[in-house]
Amino acid sequence: MNEVVLSRLKELASDADATAIDPAADGLPAFRLEREQLLGFMADLRDDPVLCFTMLLDVTALDWMGREPRFEVVYHLYSVKHRQRLRVKTSCTELDARVPSLTGLFPAANFHERETFDMFGVVFDGHPDLRRIMMPDEYEHHPLRKDFPMEGIEPEKVYLMKGGVMMPRPEGAERYPGAGSQVP
Amino acid sequence: MTTQATLSEAADRDLHTELMTLNMGPQHPSTHGVLQIQLTLDGETVVDAEPVLGYLHRGKEKHAEHMPYLQWLPMMDRLDYLAPLQSEIAYSLAVEKLCGIEVPAKAQAIRVVLAECMRLTSHLVWFACSALEIGAVTPFFLAFREREDLFDLLDELTGLRTNQEFIRFGGVKGEIPADLARRLKAWADRFGPCVDEYELLLSGNRIWYDRARGIAVLTTEQAIQLGLTGPNLRASGHPMDLRKDEPYSGYEQYDFDVAVGTVGDVYDRYLVRLEEMRQAARIISQALEGMPEGEHMARDYRYVLPPKDRVYSSMEELIYQFKVVTDMRPPKGEVYQAIEATKGELGIYLVSEGGTSPYRAHIRAPSFVNMMAIKPLCVGRPIADVVAVIGSIDFVMGECDR
Repeated sequence: MNEVVLSRLKELASDADATAIDPAADGLPAFRLEREQLLGFMADLRDDPVLCFTMLLDVTALDWMGREPRFEVVYHLYSVKHRQRLRVKTSCTELDARVPSLTGLFPAANFHERETFDMFGVVFDGHPDLRRIMMPDEYEHHPLRKDFPMEGIEPEKVYLMKGGVMMPRPEGAERYPGAGSQVP
Repeated sequence: MTTQATLSEAADRDLHTELMTLNMGPQHPSTHGVLQIQLTLDGETVVDAEPVLGYLHRGKEKHAEHMPYLQWLPMMDRLDYLAPLQSEIAYSLAVEKLCGIEVPAKAQAIRVVLAECMRLTSHLVWFACSALEIGAVTPFFLAFREREDLFDLLDELTGLRTNQEFIRFGGVKGEIPADLARRLKAWADRFGPCVDEYELLLSGNRIWYDRARGIAVLTTEQAIQLGLTGPNLRASGHPMDLRKDEPYSGYEQYDFDVAVGTVGDVYDRYLVRLEEMRQAARIISQALEGMPEGEHMARDYRYVLPPKDRVYSSMEELIYQFKVVTDMRPPKGEVYQAIEATKGELGIYLVSEGGTSPYRAHIRAPSFVNMMAIKPLCVGRPIADVVAVIGSIDFVMGECDR
């Protein structure tokens, strides 16, 4: 990795009280920081003329059930200028599962944060449209949490359609309603 | 002039009616599977386009946490079912990085051949369908003609016509037989002229040109902000290609060009993918030509399946086989591995706590990210262009919904 980039990265990290994580198997530089510092640190990474981490590749979360803090949100950034990747982690507790949304800085965060919210129930403060993306709108659980069983909760329950514009769920619907019979 | 403008404004006001919501999909022929787009229309103009995802959500990431590493490998085929082996390669590379397995040169070359075959099968479907949706029927037949020939060859190698499965941790299932390699190379060598034929049909075609040129322009800035990668980003003018930038599986040995667009419209995305097909055929030809000698599987039996003939004849290998299948435990750690898949950067993020299944496995699916481009590209355009946009950004719902 480029020395200039690395030293600048360390400077910014110390400004944001971010601690470096030991390099993982993939050797990516990684930092962990408090969620209060997240927006500032990410804005610095993006706007810094040396670093230019302008692309947010991925947002996801880890559920460390039984530990505190329970949720860890993981971001993967990419510097288009240096072809360099970076991992940033922040965490939140189960009772206060909220982290600031990055949609203002990176429009790419939109769907990734919706997915993370859907799967883990982590709320992204400031997200313009935080709805479920994979599961039906009226679903009540967060499937990728460790306490969600593999076989599902209430697997027999009927969720007819997502979106709900054309076909809201009728009362007492059959599991496999005849095609077209529910269309108004 | 002033009167005219006022008049047209007045006419505009009178014609302006209430907005209409139209559900396009999930069973619309041009939505490539089960994508639903909620369009809000003002007359014929799209005011809002909201993709509704999740119809094909199968909980693959949840599955990964409950099955051995090896068992998740075939599930990768069902991500991008147009290019199944590429997802397998991505996952294998991630596990190999986590465990520190060295893949032999021959296996890497075979992987490159297969990955580029997948790029061709996937791009051929994209080419055939996006042309068909805009109204050109002939390209569909031509593209599927070549695709069937390639499928016949892949069928011979893997035993499966579609949803092929050939990659293992530490290598590939077997070698490419000499006769098949010769025929595959002959196929790749005559594929270049086929792309010229496609170009002859569409590139200069007035109808295609008018439907594609200047439609749904995406600047480099916008593409980077949206996190787009792969052909969509390259068509916008940024030459990011992981095969060049972060070579994996020995891509640095091959001579190929990265196609880059200038405008970033539908037409550029079309040209970039066509050129990628030519380059993929070039890579296949080179890789088969210079196929290295040696083994097709690593010999690290902690994580790699031993050869089948030895399993049936030797006690040691039988035990190793049993251990790998039932009790393979990669070391503790985390890894993010990205490859240049057909739709963009396919990333696999694995977190291992030292158990037999991943603590967390996450797929950064390029199709999922490409979905974010639908809204900015469609808003303000006539509804007929929605089909052109969907075709040009290229996605597969199996990978998007996971």
